[in-house]
Amino acid sequence: MIFSRHPVSAAMFMIISMVSVAGLFVLLESFFLAILQVLVYAGAVMVLFLFIIMLLDVGPEGSKSSKIKLLSGLAGVVCFGILMVFSLILVLNSYPECSSCAVWPTLDDNNLVLGQSLVFSTSVKSFGFGLFSKYMLPIQVAGFLLLAAMVGVIILSKKFVREGNPS
Amino acid sequence: MTPHYFLFLAFLLFGVGFLGVVIRRNLLIVLMSLELMLNGVNIALVTFSRVGLNLDGSLFVFFIMTVAAAEVAVGLALLVALYKKRQSIFSEDATLLRN
Repeated sequence: MIFSRHPVSAAMFMIISMVSVAGLFVLLESFFLAILQVLVYAGAVMVLFLFIIMLLDVGPEGSKSSKIKLLSGLAGVVCFGILMVFSLILVLNSYPECSSCAVWPTLDDNNLVLGQSLVFSTSVKSFGFGLFSKYMLPIQVAGFLLLAAMVGVIILSKKFVREGNPS
Repeated sequence: MTPHYFLFLAFLLFGVGFLGVVIRRNLLIVLMSLELMLNGVNIALVTFSRVGLNLDGSLFVFFIMTVAAAEVAVGLALLVALYKKRQSIFSEDATLLRN
């Protein structure tokens, strides 16, 4: 995706990767997040991206502007390599090799709360319970953030005409 | 099926997104790579949430999605404003603060 020359094909690869991430969420048994991923990312966000690509009329990049700078390319590849090596070390060392221990604990959909913490469950009910009991303030802040983003976008894309001097 | 695979894929997705942010100069693709990085973090959060049987990680993914949607909207509006001013969406042309 990051190496495709045309922005539209990059967006199409992006949609493929978003839907694949939704499939991974299904494998992890969080179905609500999978649906949300498809709706929000593959639906709304990518439509926004494609709309902006269409609006700006971005064609395939020419030979001059698609050339990757040597220094930034080198820095990116070195950082990527370091990240991959450290993640391999971290991931392979963090779990002891035991085939008998229960890596995926079985789900219990009966109770929503265990002690102080919310219990993972596949049902949407537990999401709603968690969002409106423990995370009441963050969800209000998130709603206000969306409102602020909406107002900001309107202000950014509005064309201001000075009063008395309409030029 | 152990969490290793999911965690390594999360790292890989984050790394690919980071590579895109560093090496690309088209600001649209930089924004898309930012989304990719956020998705890698989401996979790791959901994996730990599933393994630890704790819903907090999944709820945090919910908030990350909200913030990502707002960020994309504002970023694309800024991009359109930049294009109106400079007729270009490449990062080397975004030099409004330089002189």
